[in-house]
Formats: sequence, C-alpha cells, structure tokens
Amino acid sequence: MQDADKTPSSSLPEQKTRFWHDPAKRALVFQILLVLVVLGFVGMIVQNTLNNLESRGITTGFDFLSQQAGFGITQTLIEYTESSSYGRTFVVGLLNTILVSALGVIVATILGFLIGVARLSNNWLVAKVASAYVEIFRNIPLLLQIFFWYFAVLQALPSPRKSIEIWDTFYLNVRGFYMPQPLPQEGFDLVWIALLIAVVASYVLIRWNKKRQDATGQRFPAYWVSLGMILGLPLLAFLASGSPLVWEQPVLKGFNFRGGMAILPELAALWVALSIYTAAFIAEIVRSGIEAVSKGQTEAASALGLSNGKVLRLVVIPQAVRVIIPPLTSQYLNLIKNSSLATAIGYPDLVSVFAGTTLNQTGQAIEVIFMTMLVYLTLSLLVSAFMNWFNSKMALVER
Amino acid sequence: MSNTRQLDDTIMVEMRGVNKWYGQFHVLKDVNLEVRKGERIVICGPSGSGKSTTIRCINRLEEHQKGDIVVADTVLNNDLKNIETIRREVGMVFQHFNLFPHLTVLENCALAPIWVRKTPRAEAEEIAMKYLRRVRIEEQALKYPGQLSGGQQQRVAIARSLCMNPQVMLFDEPTSALDPEMIKEVLDVMIELAEEGMTMLCVTHEMGFAKTVADRVIFMDKGQIIEENVPDAFFNNPQSERTQAFLSQILNH
Repeated sequence: MQDADKTPSSSLPEQKTRFWHDPAKRALVFQILLVLVVLGFVGMIVQNTLNNLESRGITTGFDFLSQQAGFGITQTLIEYTESSSYGRTFVVGLLNTILVSALGVIVATILGFLIGVARLSNNWLVAKVASAYVEIFRNIPLLLQIFFWYFAVLQALPSPRKSIEIWDTFYLNVRGFYMPQPLPQEGFDLVWIALLIAVVASYVLIRWNKKRQDATGQRFPAYWVSLGMILGLPLLAFLASGSPLVWEQPVLKGFNFRGGMAILPELAALWVALSIYTAAFIAEIVRSGIEAVSKGQTEAASALGLSNGKVLRLVVIPQAVRVIIPPLTSQYLNLIKNSSLATAIGYPDLVSVFAGTTLNQTGQAIEVIFMTMLVYLTLSLLVSAFMNWFNSKMALVER
Repeated sequence: MSNTRQLDDTIMVEMRGVNKWYGQFHVLKDVNLEVRKGERIVICGPSGSGKSTTIRCINRLEEHQKGDIVVADTVLNNDLKNIETIRREVGMVFQHFNLFPHLTVLENCALAPIWVRKTPRAEAEEIAMKYLRRVRIEEQALKYPGQLSGGQQQRVAIARSLCMNPQVMLFDEPTSALDPEMIKEVLDVMIELAEEGMTMLCVTHEMGFAKTVADRVIFMDKGQIIEENVPDAFFNNPQSERTQAFLSQILNH
C-alpha cells in the first residue's frame, strides 16, 4: 500500500492538499483529542474517589481478606466456619457460583437439544409441546421463574418431620432433598483405577476402530462397547474388592436431618430455573441450526444410500454444529452471569456472600466489586476461549 | 442416431399406475413407465408438470400413494431395507448439486463407498479419484465444494454418484442452475456416460441433448405422460396439441 500523504508519482503538476482535507491527518488529530478526553475523565474519577474515601476514613487495600468473617454459610463445598477469613468466604462463594453454573450448563444443554429436536418432530403432539415449552419459558422473566420454583414449589413442601419418604432412604422436605452419602472405605481406590483403565481403553478402542474402518471398511460398535466398559469395569472392581462403600443415612434429629447429603432448596430452585430458562433459548438455537442445513443435503445423502442415522451423523450434524456453537456460547455466558440472581433467594453464590454480606460488613466496596467483576469476566473469557477453540476445530474450511 | 439401437431386454425401472397427491393436489396421475437396461430417457414438460416428482419417486425422495414401482428387481415399498437397496443402485444428480460443503471433493466422493459399501478408505479414495479423473476434475480433489465453479461442482456431483457404481442414473435438471458457458462441460460428461451404456433418466430442457442422446423422449403435463416417442418423431411430428405448443415455445427463440 502507498502512504496516503505521498502524492502518486504522476506527471501532473503538484497540488497542495490542506491538512484538514487530508483524511489520514484529520483522523490523527481526532484520535489525539479522544485520548486526551478519556485520560482526563479517568483521572478525574480516580481523584474524586480517593478524596471521598479519605474524607470518610475508609482504608483501601486487600488486607480485609485475612480478617475473620464471623458469619456462617448454608452451603460450603470446602471446609468453612464462622471463624474463617473473608478470603475463604470469597472462595466458598466462587465455588458455589461455579457449581450452580456447571450444573445449569449441563442440564440446559441436554434439555435444550432434546426440545430443539422435538420441535422438528413429525409427531404433531411432540412438536407442539416443545414449541409451547419454548414460548412459555423464554417469555417469562428469569427472576420470576426463580421465585416460582423457590416460593411456589419448594416452599410448599412439608416440614422435616412430615418429610416425603422414598424407600426410607430419600427424604424430601422444605429444608431440602436428603439422600445417603457414600463414604468410600479402604480398597475403593481400586474402583477409581478401574474407571481410569476403562476410559483409556475406550479411547484406544475408538481410535483402533477408526483405523480398522479405514483399512478394511468394517466397523465395530465401539461406542457401545466403550460405554459398557466405563460402566462395567468399575462395577466389577467394586464387587471384586468386596463392596468397599458405606452409605451414611440422613437421620431426623430434632427439627432437621443430620448426616447424609442434601440438595438445598435454594440450589434446587436456582438450578431448575436457570436450566429450564436457558434450555428454551438453546432449543431455538438447535432448531435453527438444524434447519439451516438445506433439505438438499439430506436428499443427496439419502440418495447415496446412507441410512437416516448416518445422514444425520455424517452430513447434517457436522454442518448444524457450526451454526449452533457461536450463539450457544452466548447462552452459556448468560447462564453464568444470570446465576448471580441467586442472591434473591439466598443461595450463597459469590454475589450473595461476597458482594453482599462481605461488602456490608467491611465496607470495602471498590475492592469487593472489583474482585467480583473480575471473577465473572475471567469465567466468561475462559468459557469463550474454550468454545472458540471448539468452534475453530469444527469451522467450515471454504471460500 | 440411436433409434434402432439394440437394447437389453432386462427392465431396470418399472412404474405402473403411479399416483401421488400433495394434500388435495393430484401431482402424478397414473404414470406408467418402463425403462430397459441401457436405455436413455429424457423427460420434458412445463414447470409443475410432475417430471421431477416422477424421477424423485424412483428413489423414494418422494413417496407415491398408489401404484407399483420396481427398480432393479426390488419392489419399492415402505420397507427401509428395500429403499436402501434401491438407493444404492440408483445415482442421482440434482439441480443445485447438493455437495457436502464440510467435506473435500475427494471426501464427498468417498463418503458413500466407505459408509454404505464398507470399502476400505484407501480403496474408496482410489475409486473416487478414478471417477474424478473421468469427469476431468481430479486436480481439484482436495478443494472444498465452495471453492469450485458451478460446472465443476456439478461434475463432482456426477462423480460422487458414479462412485457407488449405480445401475441407473437420475438427472433432475442438472444444467438449470448453471451459467451458459458451463452447461457444455456438464453435458459432455453426461453424453460420455450415455455412450458407455449407462441407464439414464434425465429431466432437462436441453433439447439438443435429447436429440443426440435420448432413446425416447417423454412429454409430461399436469401430472400425466402426454406423449412419448423416439426423438426424431417427437420433435418433427408431435402428436398432441400440448406437445406442439410446448415445443414451439422452447424451440422458437
């Protein structure tokens, strides 16, 4: 490319361009002006904030993270007591956010794909039920849906003493869903080792099957065999090592259950609402992705003699996935950020325990909000990066 | 040229009293058609006359509601096994090529031999290269369909069908979506295929192709076969008024 301010080498008499008529120079002037304005604005805000903090006697810095928190949290994935530090609170909240987001992403994806495919079904009833699902759940505000599951459904459950019992092992009541907790005993490691072996063997088997098909044209139901191995080998190891697992039963003591594992109603309501809401959007994405593959593709593949299953697997899905992944990423990001609505029903996620309770108790608003925002930004960027990598692996190499 | 050509007695495709409706609309009305091995048939007619629907019924891209269709001794009914058997023996080329955009030209061609005929990959790719060479496009084997011109894509589509070694080839307006300068390269390939003895059913408006290649020309209108004859008689001495009107429209401009 030629420099914009160099006159093209021609024999015409040289004409002088005034600098404000030269687009390149004009753009430079505007950019310098913009940078000055932005710098001035940022400087003003920082100065103002520092003055305010000083006049109110608020200390800045991250020392508060090592102070004792002094409040309890209903659901902790790591050990946590009232005497733990605010730093520990941050980690507990972060893990709770990640837990509900991960659970939500998994269920929303499965549900969304099922509903999306169901909308395309030839079965009138199935298709109509699926479209009713989509229209209902994507058009009601998420916060209302969370309230519905929490207050209308889960708070209507009986008290612990009148729990709904299922086979005398599971108990459902207003405080949560209680189930026995497996406590691995000596020798349980063998089961993990068996699982690891099964996973590695499955990988090898699937690779071998592909090589074998390339070489001989024959195929082998490797996916089913793999599934069998992954379920069967650990089970065998478990039985062979004499069932080294003890189930700790939840027991009613006083007003509540002790022992066992529990899913709290806050987690359940948030999980269900996030999954169902996001699944409605994912269903639409999946439907449009499959519809974006033209009918001619299916016809051409069928005309070659491929069975319906192979048409889907070899021709339709690889093309649909490319259309689906980018908007699917947005839905995952939305779900993660929407999980901060947890604070409305008291699920102890990051916003609730850190940007809520911790901020109130310490008053360190800037540090707390900054850390919380940074966490969501990091989580979102990590998910984006993963999905972009996945997308680039699948992208169409054409044009 | 081919009016007196000696044909095999084997019947490749047989349609007896085939009827089809789209809701209330009667698309095919009692279509009877017999195609012998090695025979080349051109079907023409105004748009909406049911000519595409007729050949799409042969490999069950469209379902007929009444009548019998037998292809290569297999009865076309609702049995998936029969449908797949027939589709293996019947190749089809579409107006809009319908190549798989996510696969290279070579992979497009090798896909069906690998997954339907269970051919080893190396062998399937050899077959693919053989037919790509025959349609004179082997140097594009590693490109993606989106990188080729329309005429090239249609030749790849023909090669892709041939890789399954079909006994019958169906062409559904193969040159209608092409720029004029690309029509010839596709027709040349089709003419070569005809000369090699392939049984062909071709829906097309290329009357030059019909005159030189066809054993029989069929004229359809409003879901019925109105007239069928050898090309000479069909073009020079059409019997029905509708055929005359159609021919005068497409030949006189």
